Amino acid sequence: MSLLEIRNLDAFYGDFQALFGFDFDLEEHETVAAIGANGAGKTTLLRAITGMVAATSEVLSYRGESIQSREAADIVALGVAMVPEGRRLFPSLSVEENLVIGGYSGRPGRWSLERVYELFPALRNRRSVPGTALSGGEQQMTAIGRALMSNPDLILFDELSLGLAPVVVKEIYEVLPVIKAEGTAMVVVEQDINRALEVADRVYCLQEGRLALTGAPGDLTRDRISAAYFGT
Amino acid sequence: MIEWVNSIVQGVLTGGLYALFAAGLAIIFGVMRLVNIAHGDLIVLAAFVAMVTIETTGVDPFVSMVAVLPFMFFFGYVLQRGILNYTLGDDLLPPLLVTFGISIVIQNLLLEIFSADSQRLKAGPIEVSSVELVEGIELGTLPLIVFVIAVALIFALQIGFSRTRLGRAFRATSDDPSTARLMGINQKHIFGLAMAVSLVLVAIAGIFIGIRTNFDPALGPTRLLFAFEAVIIGGLGSMWGTLAGGVILGVAQNIGAKIDPGWQFLAGHIAFLVILVLRPNGLFPRTRDD
Amino acid sequence: MTSRVVHSTRASRIGMSVAAVLILVLLTVPWWGDRATMRLLVEIFYILALAQLWNLLAGYGGLVSVGQQAFIGLGGYLLFILVIFLDIGTIWTVPMAGILGAVISLPIAFIVFRLRGHYFAIGTWVVAEVFLLGFAQVKALGGGSGMSLPIAAIKSIAASRADRDATIYWLALALAVAVIAGIYLLLRSRYGLALTAIRDSEEASRSLGVDNFRAKLMVFILAAFGTSAIGALIYITKIRITPSAAFDINWTVTIIFIVVIGGIGSIEGPIVGTLIFFLLREPLAPYGTWYLILLGVTAVAVMLKAPKGLWGLFSERFDIALFPVQRRLLLGTDDKPG
Repeated sequence: MSLLEIRNLDAFYGDFQALFGFDFDLEEHETVAAIGANGAGKTTLLRAITGMVAATSEVLSYRGESIQSREAADIVALGVAMVPEGRRLFPSLSVEENLVIGGYSGRPGRWSLERVYELFPALRNRRSVPGTALSGGEQQMTAIGRALMSNPDLILFDELSLGLAPVVVKEIYEVLPVIKAEGTAMVVVEQDINRALEVADRVYCLQEGRLALTGAPGDLTRDRISAAYFGT
Repeated sequence: MIEWVNSIVQGVLTGGLYALFAAGLAIIFGVMRLVNIAHGDLIVLAAFVAMVTIETTGVDPFVSMVAVLPFMFFFGYVLQRGILNYTLGDDLLPPLLVTFGISIVIQNLLLEIFSADSQRLKAGPIEVSSVELVEGIELGTLPLIVFVIAVALIFALQIGFSRTRLGRAFRATSDDPSTARLMGINQKHIFGLAMAVSLVLVAIAGIFIGIRTNFDPALGPTRLLFAFEAVIIGGLGSMWGTLAGGVILGVAQNIGAKIDPGWQFLAGHIAFLVILVLRPNGLFPRTRDD
Repeated sequence: MTSRVVHSTRASRIGMSVAAVLILVLLTVPWWGDRATMRLLVEIFYILALAQLWNLLAGYGGLVSVGQQAFIGLGGYLLFILVIFLDIGTIWTVPMAGILGAVISLPIAFIVFRLRGHYFAIGTWVVAEVFLLGFAQVKALGGGSGMSLPIAAIKSIAASRADRDATIYWLALALAVAVIAGIYLLLRSRYGLALTAIRDSEEASRSLGVDNFRAKLMVFILAAFGTSAIGALIYITKIRITPSAAFDINWTVTIIFIVVIGGIGSIEGPIVGTLIFFLLREPLAPYGTWYLILLGVTAVAVMLKAPKGLWGLFSERFDIALFPVQRRLLLGTDDKPG
């Protein structure tokens, strides 16, 4: 049984349709990259999984259980965590409170404040400042730590490297194998194709709300990917 | 001179009560950006619930809280989940007009059931006892108790917001409701709890009004205005700002009343408008933008 | 969701013709109607006009004022001040009260426009309370117990009672028609488009170069103008004024219920709401408070289940608009918590 199964997903913002008959599968422990140009529907895919956008589908199930039209909070409690685009830390919460609130749903597991600080030592000294006082990289670390605190089996990363300096991006990407080693499945939405291909077991390339190409990174040539990406 | 000092001191005591009205309003505005126009009528409703409790069981007004507080907590949760949650969205009209409608319904139901007569909750000999601070300044024991409890509650709320799991969930939802949902925070439930907590404060305020002054079904709207003015004067930065707002309002009213009895409420409103013009974000605003 | 480019429809042409005939018939009432009918119609006219103005404010301008009684009372008091202290002809006080009300609305706007969204509503209410308490302090105007219009001022309207009644009746009818026509023309103009844009999205309209502040200020001043003029008219009919009656929140309660139940954001809505309000008021008047409770519950239910009101339900069902102005575009409502 796949961890996540999506068949024929349509997603909407009001009258605007962002995804058209989209199919998607994710196995346990697997890392999948979703790439595509702006407006291709990558973020919408993540929002549909977490119940944050109006969507219809034949199948939208997590561990065989339908999560279609479930409340976002319930989906998180099932073990799905999101690292949203732009980090979205809570400004009136300190760094540590931001981490603690990640564990709000109370799912048991291996992650704790202490382990997050071990993973991101830079955060330990900054634990009591407001989340918004951090640098972009530290904010992204906090956002990842916040997601880990819910002890998820699946983490959705939205635009992981967007707006970060290359050296910081490198640092962040070094953490992903550690998370993967815990058995956590990941969906990485990324505009930096090279980064995405590095970590992914499989790639989904989206174009204007539809699946343009999918496969293992090794099986896909640059030309095919850029054709799928740019629609040439 | 001493009479003026006395007016100010009495105003401070009244201000504690106003801060209690305001705290409930501030919480729900903070968490869900809802301005509850029925707030004042809910205060009066709580006073009547207490009155009925006292009449049927014969308990003291303070003891009646054991029943009235849980009742109002439950009432608030159901009101939010049953009605008000459905009004929240980008459009400002539905929450305003629905709470406005609820305000009129509560007012007129109370009028129909209890008539327009003034009521009072009898607290016994404590009502008339007082302590003399210095010569010319006498503090009523009851207003003093009300003030102390109000300050203690504001303190407890501030601690609750900053230290508890629910407080964090309130702040996170206030900051960014959609990301809060991604943390596993059930927004509908949190909104329900925020209204429930707000109505517990309303219940306490209602009982205090009942024992400090007379009340009748038409009292709600002016209490809403006092609560609102205290919140705006305070500036939504913290519960302490709200307390300061209540105290400033209470002092302004008492000084006004000292000049001319007809000027009591007028002076409070004018103080509010002046502060609004000079400091649109209140005296203790939030430090961040939103 | 329909979007219209064409203003004139078959229904609207029929509607205009019916309205024209109705106005002609209403004009003749003083020659055949009895006094009670005329009094009732005068009340319907001014409540309808007030409801239209509040709808302009809230439904189109996004300015949910709970303090319009400030201008009703102000208009009423201006009538007394102008007649008694400045010896102005009674009828002439109506337009003058409108102008003065508009002037006074400027400093009020300066204060309440500092309050955003929800807070604006309660801010306007505070202003109305200040007016109530303030006028009650003015000894020359009778303080809290108010004052009556001098007999001479009443007689100056017309010599006989029948002529006075007819004059007041026509004045009320003229005001109601002028308010509806004025709002209709305003909404169909360039400004109307700007208002609709603001109501749909403040941010988007700003990026399109619409001056939100100016447009809202204009609506606020126009509503103050109309409401004050109507306030003067109301107190010509009532003859006696007190601060607590003139600045009573119940004026606004009635108006809001009428607009919400009839349908906010359309010109037809307040008309439907006014008709329902008066049709139900006659049989339900003996039940007093229960009538208000019923209205309150209905308004809450309408706001929850049919936010465009009864007219909205009707016009969507049959796709009819009697006063077609640009319609609201409904965008994503799926993010609502419930």
